[in-house]
Amino acid sequence: MLAVIRLRNLFAVVMLFGIYSFLAAALFVTLNAVDVAFTEAAVGAGIATFLMLSTLALTVRREKLRRKRSVIPLLVVTSIGATLVYGTFDMPYFSDPSAPLHGHVARHYIEFSTAEVGVPNLVTAVLTSYRGYDTLGEVTVIFTAGIGVLGLLGYRKRGGKP
Amino acid sequence: MRPPIQPHNLVLRIAAKMLIPPILMFALYVQFHGETGPGGGFQAGVIFAAAFILYALVFGIGLARAVATERLLRVLASLGMLLYITVGLASLFSGANFLDYDVLAQERMEGQHLGIFLTELSIGMTVAAVMIMIFFAFAERGVRP
Amino acid sequence: MSVLIGHYNYWIVIFLMMAGLYVVIAQGNLVKKIVGLNIFQASVFILFISMGKIEGGTAPIVKEGMSLYSNPLPHVLILTAIVVGVATTALALALVVRINEAYRSVEEDEIHEQDQSF
Repeated sequence: MLAVIRLRNLFAVVMLFGIYSFLAAALFVTLNAVDVAFTEAAVGAGIATFLMLSTLALTVRREKLRRKRSVIPLLVVTSIGATLVYGTFDMPYFSDPSAPLHGHVARHYIEFSTAEVGVPNLVTAVLTSYRGYDTLGEVTVIFTAGIGVLGLLGYRKRGGKP
Repeated sequence: MRPPIQPHNLVLRIAAKMLIPPILMFALYVQFHGETGPGGGFQAGVIFAAAFILYALVFGIGLARAVATERLLRVLASLGMLLYITVGLASLFSGANFLDYDVLAQERMEGQHLGIFLTELSIGMTVAAVMIMIFFAFAERGVRP
Repeated sequence: MSVLIGHYNYWIVIFLMMAGLYVVIAQGNLVKKIVGLNIFQASVFILFISMGKIEGGTAPIVKEGMSLYSNPLPHVLILTAIVVGVATTALALALVVRINEAYRSVEEDEIHEQDQSF
């Protein structure tokens, strides 16, 4: 992670990001989140890394050396981090079964989804049946991003007139 | 129009030829088995797009463009969104809430299954089409005139 | 001491978050900023998923013989968030490509200079 901050060769930075995404996907598998691991491996380590490599091919490969080093971002980041650590002292313990997160709605989904929806995969049942409206919004976002990229990088060649 | 077969390309071409059909089959498997195992629309769409991108990377953009034309991709993406909204409207016109799958068929369970199947299909189509569209937009930008 | 053992997942996530945030606000190269933003996003995903894990539970797929499932609700939210994140990244990278063509540079200070010299 610290290597990402210090490296100036952007290709290496993107590769490290791909490795980071893949490690996150492996972490999700050990945390019992198989659907999310699948999606993160395919999307994060696949599509995102690939898009960044395409951007690198169309722009520059190395980062310029900065002449002045200011210490303010480091102070800001450290203070935000310290505040967040102070805030986590009240949070429930890791993998605690009695956390309030697992209380009301999640228990209803787990207990009643076989009777109401009948699909074994709980994540699919919640995603498409109980919360289908949010998924419609998500598909709209993807569609809009596709249209946006098409409008920005249309069919014209590099540097040509429209 | 076909790029010439060069010796340093050979391993890549053969490996890609052997890999791409299983990848497409795997994408379809993940799409339709999203109910009984991990998977579903998003993962299937991304894997489908990955197969296409692999083909375009190894065999050149011209050939890949001939299969996935601009019009086809745009029609597929829009069709996916329309299908999703149509399923929602169908349940609206049958008397229930928007996107309530209970009223789509005779029985409640069948209605849910049908609704989930159509929804996942539309998600898969839109995600695959948009990912391939973005790839072609990025790739064709760098073609020197 | 139990505070340390019970909360270590939050602290790992906070470290990753701060690393990503530092890249976004301190580095000048636009592509690196986008990489930092994605690192930040992925760390937030890890936070949510680690909060949804239950000790002794299994993956949230209903099967005979399993009784305790992990909470499926964070999984659903993160699934949506991952895909929305990649859509945003694609748009941001397209913008970077256009900026590069217009300004001939992807460094933030050079772009500022060119903007202010009008």
